[in-house]
This record gives sequence, structure tokens and C-alpha cells, in this order.
Amino acid sequence: MENEAKLTAGAMTTFGIAVAALVILPYIQVRDVQPPEGLKPYTSAELRGREIYVANGCLYCHTQQPRDRSFAPDFDRGWGRVSTPGDYYYDKPHLLGSMRTGPDLMNIGVRQPSMDWHLGHLYQPRAYVPDSIMPSYPYMFEVKDKAEDDEIVVKLPPKFVPSGKIVVARPEAVDLVKYLQSLDRSYPILPPDPQGANKEGR
Amino acid sequence: MDSALLSLLAAFLLSLIGLLAFIWSLRKGLLFENPRAAATIFAPGEIGKADDPALGGYAAKRLQEEISASHGSEPQAEDPDEIEDRIAADRSSAFPVFMFIAFGCMWLILGATAGLVSSLKLHWPDWLVSEGWMTFGRMRTVHLIAVLYGWITNVELGIIVWLLPRLLRTPLKGPLWVMLGGSFINVGIASSIGAIGAGWSDGMEYLEIPWQIGLFVQAGMVCIIGSVFYTLLHRKAHELYVSVWYHIAALLWIALLFTVGKLPGIHFGVQQAMTNWWYGHNVLGLWFTPVALGAIYYFLPKTIGRRVRSYNLSLLGFWTLAFFYAQVGGHHLVGGPVPGWLITLSIVQSMMMIIPVAAFSINMAGTMWGRMRLALYSPTLRFMMFGGFMYLLSSLQGSFEALRSVQQVAHFTHFTVAHAHLGAYGFVSMILFGAIYFMMPRVLHWEWPYPKLISLHFWLASIGILIYFVFLSWGGWLQGLAMLDATREFMESVRVTIPYLQWRSVGGGLMWFGHVIFVGHLLVMILRFGPNRTGEALFAPEKMKLEMMHGK
Repeated sequence: MENEAKLTAGAMTTFGIAVAALVILPYIQVRDVQPPEGLKPYTSAELRGREIYVANGCLYCHTQQPRDRSFAPDFDRGWGRVSTPGDYYYDKPHLLGSMRTGPDLMNIGVRQPSMDWHLGHLYQPRAYVPDSIMPSYPYMFEVKDKAEDDEIVVKLPPKFVPSGKIVVARPEAVDLVKYLQSLDRSYPILPPDPQGANKEGR
Repeated sequence: MDSALLSLLAAFLLSLIGLLAFIWSLRKGLLFENPRAAATIFAPGEIGKADDPALGGYAAKRLQEEISASHGSEPQAEDPDEIEDRIAADRSSAFPVFMFIAFGCMWLILGATAGLVSSLKLHWPDWLVSEGWMTFGRMRTVHLIAVLYGWITNVELGIIVWLLPRLLRTPLKGPLWVMLGGSFINVGIASSIGAIGAGWSDGMEYLEIPWQIGLFVQAGMVCIIGSVFYTLLHRKAHELYVSVWYHIAALLWIALLFTVGKLPGIHFGVQQAMTNWWYGHNVLGLWFTPVALGAIYYFLPKTIGRRVRSYNLSLLGFWTLAFFYAQVGGHHLVGGPVPGWLITLSIVQSMMMIIPVAAFSINMAGTMWGRMRLALYSPTLRFMMFGGFMYLLSSLQGSFEALRSVQQVAHFTHFTVAHAHLGAYGFVSMILFGAIYFMMPRVLHWEWPYPKLISLHFWLASIGILIYFVFLSWGGWLQGLAMLDATREFMESVRVTIPYLQWRSVGGGLMWFGHVIFVGHLLVMILRFGPNRTGEALFAPEKMKLEMMHGK
């Protein structure tokens, strides 16, 4: 029985060390982080849009974590300053992402504030960015003859509109765009250098 | 405390622990070889005997001749008691193992199809977009859940449940509990795939399974672990073979990992990202890898009838893997908004992973030394050797990929995807294929009907993954360089990858085709079609009974 005990105890110890180092310590370090003054909580439409973002797996191609200027030219591409833990205060689940098949979206609301552009781009990305490999999302739109009063008609470049029809946005597309528009972390943070991430929050 | 001080402290603690471990191992006599423990997998008299159930009469004889030529002496008769135990062990686990393998193969076909579709979608972006469940973001996740949790996890559970009774020389205790656990897990997987198709996901990579569905998976794990530990307590074998160490520890780790990762309502913001990647890397490092390694430690020596070179080296590999691998997850957040010390710690531990990898590779090279050509005769061995070599490659690549300088280019690109597939497919899945080719004739008491298909599967899978890996890594690296260069617009980093993404689909297509052949072959075997040949002589007296059990 000695071996079984050794095995179980050893396996649990190494596991425990890892949990302490990679889960519990970071938890203690960032649990008291306060939201920066310029950061507003999401509205309920934005939160619904965030759920659409998760449901359709946008996070698998888009990050939300601009890196420091000394590390990568993210700032020069207009993706924003390096992010800090406080910027994610209202994010649940986190959407940091791990791939840049498409550009970073941490500040897409600043870069591209237009509802029309976003709706059209979701309906057919190649209408705006010719070589884009982003999927189109026709299931978030309806193609019909005439719009109802409260519906948003998507303004597309003429050759992408089905002939004789109009394209209107379904509520999920509108919510998603509202979420994208809300992505704005351009407010200043103190201290401004990335070392801020290393300081204890207390 | 600033990060430099913390890293220094961590390095100091590490070396202290290392020193203590060294002194302890000296006192325990671990630095002296232990050939008896290494021979646990053989019945007395069995060393020098070929054992590859995937081979038919003539091919098996040829393998045996080759082994006898290098072994020197003729093998003697086996100890009938031990063979008796092994037959009883195999019989006790046959049903649960069959269940795990069958589910695994079903998920493999689904997962591979979803993967191929996702790959094609990356260069045909307007293909299959009319419904939500078809979109890339969901299809890719269905692929991930189906292959990681459906295929790899099921088959690994099957391997554990099949090997454990053999290695402990005792019948599996509570096979019904294992099957109940397996049902829970597969209900969980099926529901998660449905949920993700419908757009219900927890939204974190590798942790997409909604936690409510995750409860099924956890319940299943508890049932299986209970039964496994009960079997462990009833063991007749004197020594715990190294595969048992890997397998038992991995079962405990995955159950706890999943629990900590899925805890609802605790994790938030950046901290959640850290937990996410701690889990993400550990599910590979503490579940897929150790079970596959444990499988190599059994199947490879068993096939060639030769003890593993150094038993103690394999234990060193085990403990260093347990310690270092659990802490490497942070390197996924290099450059991200997380504490610097955490990333440094993870990078250091990623480099330390070279120790267990070297321990394993030296050991396997020593075992195979002068016998490499046996792979010509045994398909199991071919898969195992390929997988073992890919483990060495993908782990070394992974260690260096964790470095900040490499990450600067490779992070956020297809390079990482290629690396993940080298590990999960080139290494783990190839081991699983080999293990299935070895196990199924013993489980079903029927030979593989068309041995040529095994070779065809091997070549499709290995050429497929090589095309996949080489082209995607190359394309990913170019993508990373384009992104790092501020003078080139972002779209250039997209355009440059297109031909490589197309080649990836070609490689993926070959792999997919290999899977269809593999699963089709298995189906033919299960349904008893094909040339009518008898099963293994080893089971001749038991054969009739078992055929009734399996509903011939």
C-alpha cells in the first residue's frame, strides 16, 4: 500500500503547488483591482451582444489584449494602449483570446464607431475588406421586400444587396454591434506603464 | 514584491526542492537499477516473445523470428498462473473497454469532419454560413470538444481500464460503475456538442462545456475513479508498473483540474484568463500526455518482448512531469495584462520540461536500440514509435515556443495551432491508434480482417499530419512576422497565410480519410465481416464464451 499512498500524495502535492502558484496567488493579487474611472459597466443590450460574441466564437479569431509598444506594434496599428487588469473589471467570461486571424478588438468601438459599417461588415465582410477571410453571418439578417417601421435596414454597397430586396438586421446583430461599439478602453490609466500590472492592488 | 525578486525566490526554492529530492532518492536506492519492476508487464518466461495481436499468423511469426534473432535465446514457456490472471483481467474489462473505444471512434469521425470543415472555411469564408451552427466559431469548437473530450478522453479511459487489471493482475472491480461513468461522460460530451452548436458555451477555450453539463462529466469521473481505486486495493501484482503511476495520477489530475477550472461564479476578468490557460495547458500536460506515455511504457516493451531500459529513469520522468508540467500554462499569456512573475515562472517550467522529455526519450531509445527495424513488421510498434518521436519533437518545440523571443512572433498565429496538432495528433492520437490495434483483438476475440488497411491508415495519418504541421507552422511564422512589422498593413498577415491554410486542408483531408478507413475497419471487425479467421490462440478455450458475450 505504500506505493499507492506515495503516488496519491505526491500527485496531489505537485498539483497543489500548481494551483497555489497559477490560480490562488493571481486571485489574491488581482481581486482588489478597481475599475478605472473611464470604464462604464455594460448595458443590458451590450451584455446580450457579448453573449452573441461568445456564442458565435468571435474570440477564436480576435484577441482583446493590445500588447506593450516594446513588444509588438499593436499601438501603431491603432489597437490601443497596453491593457491592464482593471480594463477587464466587468468581463465575465474573459475574452482575451489567443488568435489574431483577425485584428484585436479591445478598442474597435473607437476605431470603427459606425453601426452601419458593422452591420454591413457582419452581413458580408468582403463588401468592405476584399481579402477578408471572416465568415459572413447571413443568419443574423433577413432579406425581404420592405422593412417594418422599427427595423434597421443595412446600408450595403449596391452590388452586395440581393436584387430588388433589402437587408434588415435581426436583434442579435444589433446587440452584437452595440457590444462592439462599447469596446473602448482609450481612457487614461494610472500608472501609465505596464509595470502597473505587477504592483499589488492594495 | 517585484517580479525579479519573486522569480529569484522561486528559482531558489526550486533548486532546494531538487536537492532534497536528490538526497532522498540516494537514500532510497533509486539510483540503482530495478529490472524486476521493469519486468512486471511480462509473465516469467515471456521476455523475448513477440506480442502484437494486430498481426495474423505469418506476420506474427516473422516478427517473432526477428526478435529471436536479436534476443539470442529462444523464449521459454510462460507461467500458466500469470497467463490465467491476464485472461481473467482482459475478460473483466472487455465490455467497458469496448464501450469507450466505440464512443471514441464515433466522436473521432464527427470531430475530424468538423475539423476539416473548419479548415476549409478559413479559405472559403462564404461556404456553409446560412445557419448558426455551421459558422466557423461553433464548428471549430465542436471539433475541439469532439476530438479532445470525445475521442482522446474516451480512448484514454479505455486504455486505462484495459491496462490496469493486466498490470495489477486482478480483475477489474465494479465494471458496471465504469460503464455508468462512461455513460455519464458521453452524455456530457453529446450535450456539450449540442449546446455549442446551439450557441450555449462558457466562452473559454478548452472550457467551453457549460458547467451545468460539466457536472455529468464530473459524476462520470468519480464513478470511474472509485472503481479504479477499488481495483488498485485488490492488486495481486507486487510492484506498481510505471504505466500505473502515470494513469492513476492522470485520472486524479483531470478530475480536479476540471473541477477547479469549471468552478462557477469564482473566476473573473484577468484572473479567469490565468485559470483558463492553466487549465488549457494542463488538460494536455496532466491528462492526454501522461496517459499516452503510460501506454507507450506498456505497449512498446510488450510488443518487442524486452524490458524497458531503465525503470528508475521512467519514474524520474514521471515526477518531473508532475512537478513542471502543472505550472506551464502562464506562457499562453505572454505580453498580456497579467503579472510578470507568473509568465516568467511558466516559461522557466516550460524549459524544465526538457528533463522529463529527455528521460522518456533516452529510455525509449535505449529500449529500442538495435531493434528499430522491428517497426517494419509490427503496426502497433510503428504507431508507438511515431507517437513517441512526435512527443519528443512537440515537447521540445513547446519548451522553446514558450520563450518570449519566440512568442513575440508565434503568439496569436497559426504556428500555435500547428504545434497543438503535433501534440494532440502526431503524439497522442497516434499512440491511441496503436493501442487500439493492439487491444481490440483481445477485447473482441477477432483478428483485424484486413491488415493492409492498418498500413494504409498509418501512412495517411502520418503523411497527413506532417503536411499539416510543416505548412501550417511555416504559414503561421510568416503571419507572425507580417504582424510584427508595423510598416505592413494587417491584411497582409491574412493574405500571406492563404496558401498554407489550403495545404493544411490537404493534410487534414488525408487524416480524415485515414480515420474513415480506420473506423470502417473496426466496424467490419465488430460485425465479424471479412475473411473468417480465428482469434488469438491465447484465448482459444475461452473463445466461445466470449463470443456469446459479444453477441456473435
